[in-house]
Amino acid sequence: MTVPQPPTPPGLRVEDLAGNAARNRTEMVVRYALTGAAGMSVLISTAIIVVLLRDAVGFITTIRLGDLGDSIWNPRLGRFGVMSPILGTLWVTLVAVLVAGPIGLGAAVYLSEYASPRLRRIVKPVVEVLASIPSVVVGYFAIRFLAPEVVQRLFSGAPAKNLLVAGIAVGLLTIPLMTSVAEDALRAVPSSLREASYGLGAKKVTTVVRVVIPAAVSGLVAGLILSISRAIGETMVVFLAAGGVPTRPTSPLDGGTTITAAMAAVATGTDNVAGASNTFQSAFFLGLILFALTLSLNLVADRFVRRVRQKY
Amino acid sequence: MALVDSDLTRDLVRARIQGRQSDAAGAAFKGILVACLVTVLAALVALLISVAPAGLDVFSTRGLSDFLLRPFSVRPDKAGVYQGTVGTVTSAVLVAVIAFPMGVAAAVYLEEYASDNWFTRLVNLVIRNLAGVPAIVYGLLGFALFVNGPFSSLTGGTTLLSTGLTLAILVLPIVVITSAEAIRAVPASLREGGYGVGATRWEVTRTLVLPNAMGGMLTGTILALARALGEAAPLFFMGAKTSIFSGGDWFDLRGDFTALPMIISDWSTRPATKWNGNTQAAILVTLVLVLGINTVGIVLRNHFDKKR
Repeated sequence: MTVPQPPTPPGLRVEDLAGNAARNRTEMVVRYALTGAAGMSVLISTAIIVVLLRDAVGFITTIRLGDLGDSIWNPRLGRFGVMSPILGTLWVTLVAVLVAGPIGLGAAVYLSEYASPRLRRIVKPVVEVLASIPSVVVGYFAIRFLAPEVVQRLFSGAPAKNLLVAGIAVGLLTIPLMTSVAEDALRAVPSSLREASYGLGAKKVTTVVRVVIPAAVSGLVAGLILSISRAIGETMVVFLAAGGVPTRPTSPLDGGTTITAAMAAVATGTDNVAGASNTFQSAFFLGLILFALTLSLNLVADRFVRRVRQKY
Repeated sequence: MALVDSDLTRDLVRARIQGRQSDAAGAAFKGILVACLVTVLAALVALLISVAPAGLDVFSTRGLSDFLLRPFSVRPDKAGVYQGTVGTVTSAVLVAVIAFPMGVAAAVYLEEYASDNWFTRLVNLVIRNLAGVPAIVYGLLGFALFVNGPFSSLTGGTTLLSTGLTLAILVLPIVVITSAEAIRAVPASLREGGYGVGATRWEVTRTLVLPNAMGGMLTGTILALARALGEAAPLFFMGAKTSIFSGGDWFDLRGDFTALPMIISDWSTRPATKWNGNTQAAILVTLVLVLGINTVGIVLRNHFDKKR
């Protein structure tokens, strides 16, 4: 039995349905070009890892490992006490998070739960302005205003440049990040949760503290971790305001240096950056530590952000 | 009496329901939140006030154009930011020219072309993480690639070209992420219409998706530019100059250079009052550039948000 064939339109052949060869060619070329552009990001990150590892290993092989336990970090003098910049980074980050965490969270809760749409429209751009101020300007603000007008008034006898000043200024820089991530997390909490809480007779403050904030906690933690990561990676403020002291700090009121500031210091002092020397390679060693720290924090934060998305 | 009684009950009930119960905890909580917001605003105001007066003084005594058009000098009253402005503006243009097409292409791949395979997932993961890498690490990368590495014969070493390329790599993830968001916001019905009339994927992308996503993509790029413009940390490894040098003119991509953030960083550590005035003046020039570009970006975003 023969299946009746549908009538073939006159003049239409199978090849016609295969599409126009020139169009297919364009399509292929474009696809390759776009894939290449996307692959670029993979190349870049590979390059970062290769470059950091190569010179960090190059650095490690030129020193004795015991040198890393030195109490002073001054690669130009052959002192490689890596704990000095690491402790400096810890102090600065701690202060920065103590500043940016509560203030950023408070501002976010206000903007998300209390502010009228009108007020939000005015205040949000202002916070964005703070986010866009170059960090070197905040560094200048730290040495000319925060240090003499705030920190030295509160703690008389503190040196003009210290880790506390740098930490507060880094905290200022980090507030917009904390605020925007936290606000996104709070606004992602469905309004049905708030309404249920009000329906049970809860006050606004109870609703916010006992319902909205716990529901948004993943996103808030993500914001905090991202702020920590940002604070660790901040360079210019610390370079200008922390004092560049190469010894191990014992309190935030000491002058100090951080991983980032120590890297910058390696590259300054000479207008012509020199490669290959042991001193210069130490920047790559510090860079590798910095990269590993921020990368792991960002991966953890990413996990928290995704948990928020899954839930709602 | 009954009347009085019921009146009393009514009043009591009404007072109970309507009466503003004093909610001290709620008020205190709200007060704390307001204080947080006010602290942020106060810090911003203090920052702007503390960097302005001496800078404006320099502009009024020397004239704005004198400060803008003079190169480096050892004498503070002769030193200007001509070379720094040229360097900053030129590197921003380089960043735009390199990062915008690359970033948009990667975003188009991720949103329009990619299927869910290992390569796509890898690219997504890598881009999200690149966005969080500290700026100074990009300085090291740029140094090892462009200043003293495989591409240094092309870039000429410590030049604007190296800086532009490095900063372009720095902002690339931001451009990709914001462009991908803009592309995602284009309604699917538009694409389906295009495919329905027989357009290929690229034709749909070129004629329907990209024009509709252009606003968001431009905004993302502009905000990324503002970030690149104020970035100082990578410049340490790009060999940006902080003392007198010859050159630093427009279109001098392969010569010695400097940039505004580098100048601010160097001048702010000089003790003399006159240099302090110059530092503030340089900060004002930078802020006008950065905030100007940002304002354009935010206005653009509001414009396109409204249209949607």
